[in-house]
Amino acid sequence: MEILLQQIINGLVQGSVYALVALGYTMVYGILGLINFAHGEVVMVGAMLALSALTALLGWGVPPLLALPISLILAMLGCMVLGYGIERIAYRPLRHAPRLAPLITAIGVSIVLQNLAMMVWGRQYHAFPQLIANQPHLIGGAIINDIQIIIFIMALAIMAGLMVVVHRTRLGRAMRAVAENQHAAQLMGVDINRVISITFMLGSALAAVAGLMVSANYGLAHYYMGFLLGLKAFTAAVLGGIGNLRGAMLGGLLLGLIESLGAGYIGDMTGGFLGSHYQDVFAFFVLIAVLVFRPSGLLGERIAERA
Amino acid sequence: MAHEANLPPLLEVRNLQVAYGGIHAVKGIDLHIWAGELVALIGSNGAGKTTMLKTLAGLLHPAGGQIKYDGNNLNDVAAHRRVAMGMALVPEGRGVFARLTVAENLLMGAYSRNDRHKIATDLERMYALFPRLAERRGQLAGTLSGGEQQMVAMARALMSHPRLLMLDEPSMGLAPLMVQKIFETIRDIAALGMSILLVEQNAKLALQTAKRGYVMESGAITLSGASGELLGSDAVQSAYLGG
Ligand SMILES: Nc1ncnc2c1ncn2[C@@H]1O[C@H](COP(=O)(O)OP(=O)(O)OP(=O)(O)O)[C@@H](O)[C@H]1O
Ligand SMILES: [Mg+2]
Repeated sequence: MEILLQQIINGLVQGSVYALVALGYTMVYGILGLINFAHGEVVMVGAMLALSALTALLGWGVPPLLALPISLILAMLGCMVLGYGIERIAYRPLRHAPRLAPLITAIGVSIVLQNLAMMVWGRQYHAFPQLIANQPHLIGGAIINDIQIIIFIMALAIMAGLMVVVHRTRLGRAMRAVAENQHAAQLMGVDINRVISITFMLGSALAAVAGLMVSANYGLAHYYMGFLLGLKAFTAAVLGGIGNLRGAMLGGLLLGLIESLGAGYIGDMTGGFLGSHYQDVFAFFVLIAVLVFRPSGLLGERIAERA
Repeated sequence: MAHEANLPPLLEVRNLQVAYGGIHAVKGIDLHIWAGELVALIGSNGAGKTTMLKTLAGLLHPAGGQIKYDGNNLNDVAAHRRVAMGMALVPEGRGVFARLTVAENLLMGAYSRNDRHKIATDLERMYALFPRLAERRGQLAGTLSGGEQQMVAMARALMSHPRLLMLDEPSMGLAPLMVQKIFETIRDIAALGMSILLVEQNAKLALQTAKRGYVMESGAITLSGASGELLGSDAVQSAYLGG
């Protein structure tokens, strides 16, 4: 029983991070019909930027509780510039090209970012500094620590904020209008390039937050961390129904749970043959299962082929 | 016509050419609209009417010629900037945002306005003009009937406070009663002094509504003049009115 509860807690915390990243995939897909495979690298860059800023600030004697929000904001700004640049340089020139072209470019951008990160930050793992006591709390025999609580609450708050922006503001209306019909949106006076840029920047800001969360949760950051994380968040977006914001959130949380429960019980299920380090395979079982049985995802409409 | 002789037309198109790849859809058109005028542009399928309107709105770029609006050369003005200058297009097939509510669609129409405090009053004005929309303001526009969607498209365009309203086949696919209703509204709007360019395949109705008209054939204007003359002309009679 405690194990179950523990896996649920871990799953929800990890899932809330997947959800933040999945939102970035789904927002861009919704507006451009494009899968931005470089998005995982934006998460990585966010984590690295936050970590560098944090190390520098702490080194200058800035108190941790001030250094943390400053680093987060710097990482978000850095990632917003990065997201803007990726769209401008890699995708916009290919807006009317066949669909395969931007997909290949996305993979290229990924590789470039990984290699740049490796040159800047090296190949080694970077330890995330201990900032707060990170008290563990016991609930029902399971443990949740301060960082997990902060991650979960912050992720939920950010998602709620994003929903407000998308559904209750002029900008959000414009985003939904552009996602639905770019020509009609232009006829309303919407500068679609601006809206697309803002969408990339919003998604990248979420990615930066997620990057900081992951490295705080695991205590590590690494130039290669964006690859697997990005793939899993993409899976979460597909699970929820790509292009659907609520779907991305639901998919993220569900994937976190599936992974965590799977890892907790895979030993029992296979008679000890497979251990919890096989956790990563669950995401890909999920991806395959969704693609086979319900390609439009849990909340997605049938995906109409776009020209 | 009652326009001041020393003012230029609100819209003046000279030798406009538009091509899709190598296919020339609009081949050198001259057309003008005076402020406050309701002008019809008629022509059969594939004549190039929609191409022409899309180019005026900035969605397509001319291969040659000039578009002057309110004294400005529009050739290099992006589509979204033209809305703020007072041009609005109700596109063929309406182009409502199906996944936005009726109210959100109308608010999108007001997107480029900077007098935001007046938007709420204008919304109410639209609901008074189209009571059907008032009852359905919270409904997703995609769930409306074709006629109701045409109303959304028109109300949405009016929300931008246009000086030149361009309508691409507002009667398409609508039942006769609904067509009557839409055209009544067009006359009402015109009576308020708005300039309107009305594109229609329903030549009779369009020419009965407009004061002046152009006839377009395979990318070129073949006839133009007062609506009464066009309605009476043999060419229009035989080509469009089955007479
Ligand atoms: N996207 C496009 N690509 C290539 N050719 C096009 C495109 N759109 C229109 N055309 C061609 O341009 C010509 C003019 O089309 P257009 O839609 O402007 O005609 P229209 O007068 O609006 O016709 P309708 O009354 O049927 O709406 C047609 O021959 C059409 O096939
Ligand atoms: Mg047409």
